[in-house]
Amino acid sequence: MENDAVVGMTIAIGGIGPAVAVGLIVAKALEAIGRNPEAAAKVQTIMILGVAFAEAIAIYSLVVALILKFV
Amino acid sequence: MSELHISISAQPIFSWQNFEFTNSMLVTVLVSIFLVALAISGKRWLNRVHKPRWVLLMQTLVESFYMFVISITPQHATKFFPLVATIFLFVLFGSWAGLLPGAESIGLKTSHGFVPLLRGATADINTTLALAIFAIVSVQIFGYKHRGMRYFKKFLDFSNPINLFVGFLELISEFSRMISFAFRLFGNIFAGEVLLAVIAFLVPLLASLPFLGLEIFVGFIQALVFSTLTLVFINIATSEHQ
Repeated sequence: MENDAVVGMTIAIGGIGPAVAVGLIVAKALEAIGRNPEAAAKVQTIMILGVAFAEAIAIYSLVVALILKFV
Repeated sequence: MSELHISISAQPIFSWQNFEFTNSMLVTVLVSIFLVALAISGKRWLNRVHKPRWVLLMQTLVESFYMFVISITPQHATKFFPLVATIFLFVLFGSWAGLLPGAESIGLKTSHGFVPLLRGATADINTTLALAIFAIVSVQIFGYKHRGMRYFKKFLDFSNPINLFVGFLELISEFSRMISFAFRLFGNIFAGEVLLAVIAFLVPLLASLPFLGLEIFVGFIQALVFSTLTLVFINIATSEHQ
């Protein structure tokens, strides 16, 4: 039971930072596309790369949580 | 109620002396054979006028990826493209192989219990770590080929103490890139498989369909991220500007 709480906290706390980061990245990308709609395709590619980077942090804590849970 | 079957490491299908042949290794070999066969059978048609549709499709996909590589490295695209495209294709099909019907569900009954016969190639930390080491080592090789011994000056610079320390940090950053490569890919693909297993466990019918679509997208994005990052690192390593 205690282990489950630790696993839950790991991914819950680890998810906060990436959540904020992804929100900021997409917000800024939408702002950029709004100002310059012709550059949408270029902004989108870089945005997806940036989102993948930010998401990677959440994935690290997910890996740690899964290791705690299943190993 | 049946037990939820999740294993964080790839499980051995059979072992020969100390060597364990895991289900991820089987998929790795199958994906490699598939890609090589596709390339060889596609190559025969390259100089013909009338090509079958699948060859045209392959050419379109490869060319669009080539255009993407050109947009990042305009000067050296022809040199970097084969490596980056190989990584892209292998990661893409390695991740998608784990989504095929039958993967994770068809298996063998061994002394350790149920062992699935197929598991996504990149859902194993050994595969992703091997790919990451391969990618980072090729970055060093490209750096050496383009800039000679001047490339290694980045790591070992005795001109002043600050540069020496910066070189030490550069060395650490190469290793952290490697680890981040390996964990990002493994985490994303394995998390996807866990997600699918849990959804299929909770709602057996139809509910996992949208998540299957999500996983196809995630596999594509991760392959793109892995190859783009390799390309960007090679680009940084080969550029003369310091």
